[in-house]
Amino acid sequence: MSTALIARPAAVHADVLLEPTWAEIISITPEVEGVSTFTFRFIDPLVRQAYSFRPGQFNMVSVPGAGEAAISISSDPADCENIGHSVRFVGNVTHSIGRLKVGDVVGLRGPFGSSWPVNEIEGKDVFIATGGIGLPPLRPVVYHILHNREKYGKVTLLYGARTPDQLMYTEEYEGWRQAGIDVQLSVDRGDQSWTGRVGVVPMWFYQFRIDPRKTAVLTCGPEIMIRFVIYEALARRIPNENVYVSLERNMKCGQGSCGHCQLGPYFICKDGPVFRFDALQPFFNVEEF
Amino acid sequence: MPEERLPEIGSTVSIQKPVLNTLLARLRDEGFETIGPRVKNGTLVYGALESLEELPRGYVTEQQAGHFRLVYAGHTRYFDAIPGQPSWKQFLFPARLELFSMHKNGKGWEVSKPQPEKRNLAFIGVRACELAAIQIQDRAFIREDFSDPLYRSRRERVFILAVDCLHPGGTCFCASLGTGPRANDGFDLRLTELDDVFLIKIGSELGRAMMSGVPREAASAFLMSSAERSIERANENMGRVLDTSDLPDLLLNNLDSLEWDEVARRCLSCGNCTQACPTCFCWDAVDELDLTGTQASRVRVWDSCFNPDYSYQAGGNTRPNIRSRYRQWLSHKLGSWVQQYGTFGCVGCGRCITWCPAGIDLTQEIAALRKETVA
Repeated sequence: MSTALIARPAAVHADVLLEPTWAEIISITPEVEGVSTFTFRFIDPLVRQAYSFRPGQFNMVSVPGAGEAAISISSDPADCENIGHSVRFVGNVTHSIGRLKVGDVVGLRGPFGSSWPVNEIEGKDVFIATGGIGLPPLRPVVYHILHNREKYGKVTLLYGARTPDQLMYTEEYEGWRQAGIDVQLSVDRGDQSWTGRVGVVPMWFYQFRIDPRKTAVLTCGPEIMIRFVIYEALARRIPNENVYVSLERNMKCGQGSCGHCQLGPYFICKDGPVFRFDALQPFFNVEEF
Repeated sequence: MPEERLPEIGSTVSIQKPVLNTLLARLRDEGFETIGPRVKNGTLVYGALESLEELPRGYVTEQQAGHFRLVYAGHTRYFDAIPGQPSWKQFLFPARLELFSMHKNGKGWEVSKPQPEKRNLAFIGVRACELAAIQIQDRAFIREDFSDPLYRSRRERVFILAVDCLHPGGTCFCASLGTGPRANDGFDLRLTELDDVFLIKIGSELGRAMMSGVPREAASAFLMSSAERSIERANENMGRVLDTSDLPDLLLNNLDSLEWDEVARRCLSCGNCTQACPTCFCWDAVDELDLTGTQASRVRVWDSCFNPDYSYQAGGNTRPNIRSRYRQWLSHKLGSWVQQYGTFGCVGCGRCITWCPAGIDLTQEIAALRKETVA
């Protein structure tokens, strides 16, 4: 196994975990069009207390009769009892989630997957480049940094969306800025009210002075954006061991058993979803692989 | 009364052929359901096997790319016929299995698990390639980090009577993968069919115990060398050859080759190969809901990387055409499988070649890829 793969937390279960554990929806917050954040609490108090996750991990969210979908956990890892998932309604299962109300019950299986290397990048500058629905899997990193600000150098969040009304978590930006995170935004198309940058995220790299010797780049989002962010990062001589990516594929089991999420030798659910880029390099730019 | 002296593990005995019925009866007395190759509907399947007489004695199978015929040739051997499409995978990894059911209870759901597996199965006639395939699936389902209780509970209840292949078929290439024609370790008993007797090698304590009460003799040196010669002949008479010397790198370094476009013109993406393949393990979980919306079942079914929906997610498909899907299958089976599980995923059984309606032969595809890259 490549040493570039992120070490996973030790397996909690020796058996593959196939059955969900039930959780109640305690709040639903509409974010942008087609996306709402659902906060779940496990019904069983023992499970509620035992559950914990690391930034970047995901749960398989079950709606009985509809199926399961892999959804990143987007809430603060310091609070493991109220688990937030920002869900984009795009398929059968996510639309079924979208029809649920506060008090309804879903199944959760997890947490699964590798996590953002918040420990390995201590002491470095952190450049988070993301867009659209790519921010939710990175928000737990932002929270972790906020709780541990002194452990990191310069921290920049470069976040873009198609239009201003598709920027997520806008009410939190001021708090993040106050806590020492340089939040920089961009949109593909502005509107009457927009006075900020217009352009896709990767093209704004040149505006930031990034020290390639000590910057870690974390990126997640539409794969086309990820490709260009990596291109820009490598063009700035950031070593590919300092670039981390979270990928997404069709997932069914979440544990490397069903085969769906494979990219070359990796199971995105178990060897990822967070990868150090040098592990992905042989496969990443192969079309339709 | 003197206790019967059972043969040691690793030793080989010879039995008269009808005595196999005594062994089958012994297995049934111990609670095993004996399953073996049966002729059915013009092909070979794995079904209940009560006695030697039910084996496909005298049959051969003609197998070529996209061609299978079961032919009665009239010879005297019981275990000669190279298998049809079904493999032992259907028992250890059933094509359809309920994982659990959910019953709505107020706002919440109660989960009921199905009854645990209770059947003890004795696989009679597991060919060398098939034994290797079972061991490959063992590595996929029973891992250090996670193991699948559904597979494990079935696997633990299986008795394996392996069989050496002495007359390989038209699409066989086990010798190229080192998985046959002699069955490697991992069996309870291993049978080699000679003209007059079966040689039985003891492979485990369980195999040893099942020989109790089965009339036998120590295998003579003459019989053993006769078996060796047959195996050597089989080794030289494979229907196909696959050069694996530059695999897996040949595949993983040539993902952009034009050969993938070439095979995509012929491949139908029908998935027959993955269904017939004894090592393919991909599965899907499907929810079934009744009309009242209160009773749901989550069912595990076989899936295939050739299925157009396999890579569909969030409104897009990462493998939207046949070229990308065929490449995924072959570059996994003989490529990335090695990094994942330490062996090739292919055992050289030839089912994918025989059962491909387009007659695609992966030994030829690998050769074509090699030629295109070296040229």
